[in-house]
Amino acid sequence: MLKIKRHVSLRRRAANILFTLGAGAAAILVLAPLFAILSYLILKGVGSINWEFLTNTPQPVGEPGGGMGNAIVGSALILGIASLIGVPLGIGAGIYVSEFGRGRYANIVRFTADVLNGVPSIVIGIAAYALVVLHEGHFSALAGGIALGIMMVPTVARTTEEMLLMVPHAVREAALGLGVPQWRSIISVALRTARSGIITGVMLAFARVAGETAPLLFTAFGNQYWNTNPGQPTAALPLQIFTYAISPFDEWHRQAWAGALVLIVLIVLAVAVVRLTARRGSFAQQS
Amino acid sequence: MLTCSLSVLAIVALIVYELVSGSRLSVAKFGFRFFLGSDWDPVSGQFGAFPFIYGTLVSSLVALLLAVPLAVGVAVFITEICPPALRNFTSFTVELLAAIPSVIYGLWAIFVLAPLLRQWVQPALADTLGWTGLFTGPPFGIGMLAAGIILAIMIIPIIASITREVLVAVPRHQREAVLALGATRWEMVRMGVLRNGRAGILGAVILGLGRAMGETMAVTMVIGNTPQIAKSLFAPAYTMASVIANEFTEATGNLYLSALVEIGLGLLLVTVVVNGLARLLIWSITRGTPSRV
Repeated sequence: MLKIKRHVSLRRRAANILFTLGAGAAAILVLAPLFAILSYLILKGVGSINWEFLTNTPQPVGEPGGGMGNAIVGSALILGIASLIGVPLGIGAGIYVSEFGRGRYANIVRFTADVLNGVPSIVIGIAAYALVVLHEGHFSALAGGIALGIMMVPTVARTTEEMLLMVPHAVREAALGLGVPQWRSIISVALRTARSGIITGVMLAFARVAGETAPLLFTAFGNQYWNTNPGQPTAALPLQIFTYAISPFDEWHRQAWAGALVLIVLIVLAVAVVRLTARRGSFAQQS
Repeated sequence: MLTCSLSVLAIVALIVYELVSGSRLSVAKFGFRFFLGSDWDPVSGQFGAFPFIYGTLVSSLVALLLAVPLAVGVAVFITEICPPALRNFTSFTVELLAAIPSVIYGLWAIFVLAPLLRQWVQPALADTLGWTGLFTGPPFGIGMLAAGIILAIMIIPIIASITREVLVAVPRHQREAVLALGATRWEMVRMGVLRNGRAGILGAVILGLGRAMGETMAVTMVIGNTPQIAKSLFAPAYTMASVIANEFTEATGNLYLSALVEIGLGLLLVTVVVNGLARLLIWSITRGTPSRV
């Protein structure tokens, strides 16, 4: 590159240096908490993770061998229900908006999805409580799953739409030109081409709700024992971490750190899988 | 497919309906005074939500004051300064910050941030800025300041990643035009980039505000949960989301429950307005392409 020497006043040069330093300092300050949190998690959590922690149920204070096995299973149950609800609805809405949605209605759906994305999770918890818990008369994994499922819909819908819009028109036209009906071309051509991107969106939504606590407080509620019945109150990993973190007992604090480490490892694994599938896909490359 | 897209609208309608019908009792009893009254006394059946509204507003404001300069700074760093080799790493790390669950932020805030504030930051603030009245009183560690800081950490990735998208959307020739006039990099960013991205950055900030106001767990764990209005940021406080989280399962009596649902309704309305505004601003810049958060 051609470098032209020119006279720049001291004040302007100083402002420029200050700006560069400032932006660099901002980047360091933003990244510092991440490393602080991750290192604390590993430092404080690793010591308490063992086979018993992963397989036992919680014990009263003072009794050894307490664990979060039931909470891990409970989280899996709730997240399974959430995915069953959130993924089909989200993908369906995304397909509609991108393939059939032209004009006003599609824009309203888009806008509503974005607004739903910003509704506080605790408010969604109240709605799920009113919808399910009040009618059934007791807390349940189903209610928790519905709350989290609702939260997945907007993320999945918007990513699906985004990914489908990236499928080139020529590909669709090629399918239509062969006499394939539109529904068939959407399923076998557009969806298949956009697959890895859509999976990315689903996993992102999944990772986001996996750590949600607030909507579970009064839907899944928590449970000291094993439960695999969706109609019963169920323990969840984030709930258990919360309960232990605000308790006054050191032993429980240690378990909270260990539970947090398990949770974050599961979520980071999910995000890493996302990155890998996204990179492997032919497009859907994101910045 | 049409049904699925209708479900998005139906879900939002259902949420609003459930909250409105759930809060009917409290609305009928207290009317508009509910949001202005400052007595929160479940035992005698007095419910006023003002301390919670105050707590939500002030904690979000503190968070914005801390987060906006840092988030815009890191976005500018990524798009304009960062060497290309580091660019992916930095934006990936910022994204990772958004993936950490709220409850883990809270855990870290209780056991690391609060002691840090109590021992070092609060005494220092009281010594230097105590005269403002914002930093007085006993340093508990937990309180409004701790809540504001943890909220700031949590909303930085949201503001930063949208700001980054907005800055990337600023056309290259804008930058080149300003540089061609002999501007330094700072002048180029200020005149060619930030000024063009103004509306979008404002949208990102408002979106961050919406997130901060609805954030529940981390705040509940460090704000101290005391329904009071204090000038000092060291004092414990309470937010709308926290009071729902703490008291919903323990609420005895229909009126108590209804009052909590009404707080939820208030929270919903405020966040819907805030988010709607933010999305419109961002859409006007990025032409409706969905954002990643």
